[in-house]
Amino acid sequence: MLGYIFRRLLLLVPVFLAVSVVIFSIIHLIPGDPIDNLLKIGSGPEQREIITARYGLDKPLVVQYWIWLSGVLQGDLGTAIVARRPVADLIAQALPHSLTLGLCALAFSTTFGIVLGVIAALNRDKFADQAIMGGVLLGSTMPGFWLGLLLILVFSVWLGMFPVSGARTWSALVLPVVTVGLGGTALVARVTRVAMIEAAQRDFVMLLHAKGMRPLRINLRHVLRHALIPVVTILSLRIGWILGGAVTVEVVFARPGLGTLLIKSLNQHDYPVVQACLLILAMAVMLGTLIGDVIQAAMDPRIRAALG
Amino acid sequence: MKVGTFDTRSGAIARALATPKGVIAGGWLFLVVFVAIFAPYLTPYDYDIQNLPNAFAPPSAAHWLGTDEFGRDLLTRIMYGARTSLSVSSVAIGISVFCGMCLGAAAGFFGGWFDRAVTVAVDLTWSFPEILVALILVAIMGPGVTGTMIAIGVAYLAQFTRLTRAQIMAIKSETFVEASRSLGAGHGYILFRHLLPNALTPVIVAAMLATGDAIILEATLGFFGLGAQPPTPSWGALMSSGTAQLFKAPWIIILPGVAVAVTVFAINLFGDALVRALDVRAGLREA
Amino acid sequence: MLLRVENLSVQIGSITPLEGVNFDLDKGEILGLVGESGSGKSLTALALAGLLPLIGGRIPTGRLLFDGADMVPMSRSQLRALRGRKIAFVTQNPMTALDPVQRIGDQVDFVSRTHLGLGRKAARARTVELLTQLRIPQADTICNAYPHQLSGGMKQRIVIAMALSGDPELIIADEPTTALDVTVQAQIIQILTTLVRERGLALVLITHDMGVVAQACDKVVVLYAGRLAEQRQVNALFGRPAHPYSAALIGCIPREGMAPGSLVGIPGAVPSVASYPTGCRFHPRCTNAGAGCSDIVPELRSLDAGGAVACHYPLPGIENA
Repeated sequence: MLGYIFRRLLLLVPVFLAVSVVIFSIIHLIPGDPIDNLLKIGSGPEQREIITARYGLDKPLVVQYWIWLSGVLQGDLGTAIVARRPVADLIAQALPHSLTLGLCALAFSTTFGIVLGVIAALNRDKFADQAIMGGVLLGSTMPGFWLGLLLILVFSVWLGMFPVSGARTWSALVLPVVTVGLGGTALVARVTRVAMIEAAQRDFVMLLHAKGMRPLRINLRHVLRHALIPVVTILSLRIGWILGGAVTVEVVFARPGLGTLLIKSLNQHDYPVVQACLLILAMAVMLGTLIGDVIQAAMDPRIRAALG
Repeated sequence: MKVGTFDTRSGAIARALATPKGVIAGGWLFLVVFVAIFAPYLTPYDYDIQNLPNAFAPPSAAHWLGTDEFGRDLLTRIMYGARTSLSVSSVAIGISVFCGMCLGAAAGFFGGWFDRAVTVAVDLTWSFPEILVALILVAIMGPGVTGTMIAIGVAYLAQFTRLTRAQIMAIKSETFVEASRSLGAGHGYILFRHLLPNALTPVIVAAMLATGDAIILEATLGFFGLGAQPPTPSWGALMSSGTAQLFKAPWIIILPGVAVAVTVFAINLFGDALVRALDVRAGLREA
Repeated sequence: MLLRVENLSVQIGSITPLEGVNFDLDKGEILGLVGESGSGKSLTALALAGLLPLIGGRIPTGRLLFDGADMVPMSRSQLRALRGRKIAFVTQNPMTALDPVQRIGDQVDFVSRTHLGLGRKAARARTVELLTQLRIPQADTICNAYPHQLSGGMKQRIVIAMALSGDPELIIADEPTTALDVTVQAQIIQILTTLVRERGLALVLITHDMGVVAQACDKVVVLYAGRLAEQRQVNALFGRPAHPYSAALIGCIPREGMAPGSLVGIPGAVPSVASYPTGCRFHPRCTNAGAGCSDIVPELRSLDAGGAVACHYPLPGIENA
């Protein structure tokens, strides 16, 4: 198992390099001189020299990439143009907010998605199934930021139950988590439902009935156990998709997280910060996928055996 | 797998329309497309005529959906917004489908190093959320309608490349293709007469569902001020300008969002009905 | 009589894929249930195990007397108490019969813990003992293994052990050997027959292999297209089959010294439920069909030599035998 995790980590290295090349190129692909893109407007010539030396802008692209990458690997993400502070500081401030939101939203999606999916599958084609799947579909067709605004309007402004924005109290986390989590809930519920229905038709389920096991125990201990394997697969593939929702929702709730930082920097053309945010988000996605794969392997003895 | 001809496809649309869900969803989609095309003839006001004294008017007989912060008629702007949102997302998905089918077909058909390169690139982008990919591209190209189209197009490229490749690989080895090849059919003939027509059905269904996602993505980019620029109305941009007025005039933000949600919901319902009518693998959506 | 099946029919939705099945079975006996695929063998098995609700089926007419009690009106929980305890089931394909993500031991233990009320340790001891009796080497190690680590024959023994674990009176085995290698097939049949003789169990063996029937069974029920064709003692059936279909099935067994090419299948195929012929359902494929076969359903009639047949023109030499 440890060997498997190690091999998967090794596999991530080329992926990380490829992603880093794309993110590095942003600064060169945007219109205009890279130096101007890295400087505050109205900077003097000596600052131009500092930046040129810092990023090696007078050297070939490969060397520039190497300078940038080695900096990144040592935790040096450059200096924010607008804030005039190390980007690493900004990221360090924002990351905990995003992590909390992302993890809570993931837990929310997984729990409610599985519960709703199981209820729908056990009541297949009956009213409960159609109501749940219809509601879940409706939830996933609403843009996250809009749903967030609606929730603010209803629960914060009209009912006064939660703070409108910010991240100072735990109650401020409730609405963002619900907003981000609903999209994922829809996905998890759909996959769980289909996987439950498919697993219930497997041969061994009939033998469980033949052994005289209670249907509830069969469904929860055996059928669900199997259905969870594809659910974890989809979750690990789409973990980034769920976390991506957090980017837009943070802005709506004015949570000082990575998403807010990214959108603000995009609008301010603060490219070192944009690069750093994208890199961190990409790494989060890669790690999430890896964790999903490991959990999947841990759940299925057949996969475990194949991994040695 | 073998839903090949256009007959069966149009038959499937008819069958999808024969279900109650299909009728409602199809009806709404027809209405939205109709409004988007003929907006200039249907709208009661001009979308950019300001009338400041009448700003923030709640829904009334004169302004069915109220007015925005510049006193512009919201119904008019939502109808024009349908134009921008639908055209941006459908052109974007068009780009995605065309490029994805070319890439996927070439990769699946010729195999070799090209196939491996495409597969690696596709797998790489696959696990990244579309919103991130789109944000990177908008960062590069700058905000605006063109940038949004290309950004959304690239964001969904991996999906269609992957799907087309899988279809081509599956059909490539079927008997009728082998038979055709043994009768002396060339690469081009096999690709365009056998493989692509057979791969088309799942791609069409996927494209339809992706258009729904693209409308949301367009609205999101627009909401962050990265999509269509003022005064051009798009559903996302309308909601963006409405945020500041959330407490004062909530209808400015609620109504365009309803338009997005109902349209995307209709696309999904119709897509589901189509999937059932076509009997494409139900797992398509989860893939 | 341990098991008596009277005029059993099965209905799924609006179709009736099985009707008019009769037979009985005593302790220590093996009954072969034969027919081509689609004849209703597996449905009969599901009905006997009370598992019809799983596939949306029900029993509109007929009685299933087990130990004198009719199973048809029983509630689901009454049936569940019977299943695994008094009536055990061995499925067709051992490859897919076991839960792939649970350890072997736990799967077998469940039966004795639930039905015999054994504790964790006692159940495991019983499992190990059963596995050893079924000649599974290193039974205690096997208990900790997962199904994918075992061969097909080994898995089928596990399934049999699971069936025995509740100390049942009746075992229903639905084609227990079709998915296995020929050499393993013989071993499994051997195990099952030995169990019946030693423990005084009753076994319903569903198969399409007439060779297995000849070798292992005491009685045979031949089904065709959802109806009973013939029901006899094994020796009687093989000596003088009364139904042309039984005769054709027997003609399908390869024998030593047969001329090459003389092994023939039955021409045609079993009709599907949607297209059952009128009259005797076998008449389109029957070499012996005559007047009335295509429109009158043959009644089941008793034979003087014992057993019963549903045929207008039973094969000669039977009526006066």
